[in-house]
Amino acid sequence: MATGAAIAVENVSHHYRPPKKRPVHALDQVSLEVGDREFVALLGPSGCGKSTLLYLIGGFMPIESGSIRVNGNLVTGPGPDRGVVFQHFALFPWKTVLGNVLYGLENIGVPREEARERAQKYIDMVHLTGFEDAYPNQLSGGMKQRAAIARTLAIDPDILLMDEPFGALDAQTRGLMQEELLSIWQRTRKTVLFVTHDVREAVYLAERVVMMTARPGRIMESVDTRFDEAGPGVMDRPEFVEKASYIWNRIKGEAIATVAARAS
Amino acid sequence: MVATACRYSPLLLLALMWEAAVRTGLISDLVLPPFSAAVEGWWDLAVTGDLFPQAFASLRRAALGLGLAIALGTTAGILMAWNAKIRVFINPLIQMFYPLPKSALIPVTILWFGLGDMSKIVLIFIGCLLPIVVSSFNGARGVEDVLVWSARSLGASRRQVLWQIVVPAAMPEILTGIRTALAISFVLLVSSEFIIARDGIGFMIAGFGEEGVYDRMFACIMTVVAMGFFADRLFQLFMRRVLIWRE
Repeated sequence: MATGAAIAVENVSHHYRPPKKRPVHALDQVSLEVGDREFVALLGPSGCGKSTLLYLIGGFMPIESGSIRVNGNLVTGPGPDRGVVFQHFALFPWKTVLGNVLYGLENIGVPREEARERAQKYIDMVHLTGFEDAYPNQLSGGMKQRAAIARTLAIDPDILLMDEPFGALDAQTRGLMQEELLSIWQRTRKTVLFVTHDVREAVYLAERVVMMTARPGRIMESVDTRFDEAGPGVMDRPEFVEKASYIWNRIKGEAIATVAARAS
Repeated sequence: MVATACRYSPLLLLALMWEAAVRTGLISDLVLPPFSAAVEGWWDLAVTGDLFPQAFASLRRAALGLGLAIALGTTAGILMAWNAKIRVFINPLIQMFYPLPKSALIPVTILWFGLGDMSKIVLIFIGCLLPIVVSSFNGARGVEDVLVWSARSLGASRRQVLWQIVVPAAMPEILTGIRTALAISFVLLVSSEFIIARDGIGFMIAGFGEEGVYDRMFACIMTVVAMGFFADRLFQLFMRRVLIWRE
């Protein structure tokens, strides 16, 4: 297998088998490599199986056929080497912000004092200083997602798997969160696989955008989306607009196929 | 304080209407002693020292039966949600016994466990067990996948997830089930003490009823009402403390 790939997905197919219903073919022969410290966005119409692929890499569901390796090791279950950020935050509602961030640190055996310090460091990093003792219910959507990101970063995973992490946020908050994620990524340089259906978000955040077809999901095309310029200003540059519209046109047909399949 | 007094003012009104209805002869004092007489009867029972030991004997039975049901019921319910084999085994038993009115078992528990404490404790245990099993099962079943996945990718083992995630996530439903069971425990307590017992508050109600000492009978009934009320209020307070994260 290729060296240097943090994530190597080979010929993975997947079916959902809802009880008493026909199985749904979610992924078909998907192969994908994500390089070490690369930021890859997985883009596709809703229901194309991109989240399923992320969950398979996370080790949350058994792999039917094909194989997934993370840093060379076959995935057989979840592990702290792959930090996951979910669309709906998945914070533990009975724990405070600090309690949530401490949870993983305690699990992986970080001594109490050091765990406190590290938790505080990441809470400060996502600008939640002063909200350590708040329960998730008392936070806004953006704050919840920042807490969830702090919780995941605190245990220092090699890989970040993000499942439409900003999809539940309003446009303004989403913009701020994108900036924060980029600045965190530039500082920590983790391998990121970022699932989204937002073309501009994918092109702006990622170094490479991988497009998927409508269900059953296949890899359609991979596009380099690195630009010379950094910062949100790049979104007005012609080369950005050109790339985004190219990707949008490629995806559009698939999105229409999805809508048509739903309507029938 | 004033707000609390206002909230319970309908109770005061009820007491006044009770008193007035009997005093004016609207209801004969042969079937309903005036409220003041019931209060007087309560005072007599309280100072002669009979009431509190009896009430305590009853409370002890309820607490033991309910405590056992909580320990076994939550364990069974959560394990059912966790393991399909356990679920398949326990489910038919639940479906069978759920609709059974537990008071129908009073003669059986007396036959097997005698006239003393044990028959009442067992009856209360059986009656409280099912609502707790069912609510714990539903609570544990309803835990979102992403919470479990989060915990697993934050380094928790499957067993750790059970304690650290499933139990706290199911806690609101578990506690609601226990609250239902608490009410059931009082129903079963009093009805089992009615039928055959040597002591307890239900025994006193039945005894005074047979002897025709109605003011004392009503005093005992009011005591049961108060016990049930305070037990439920205390439990609600406890629930609010435990579930503070939901506010």
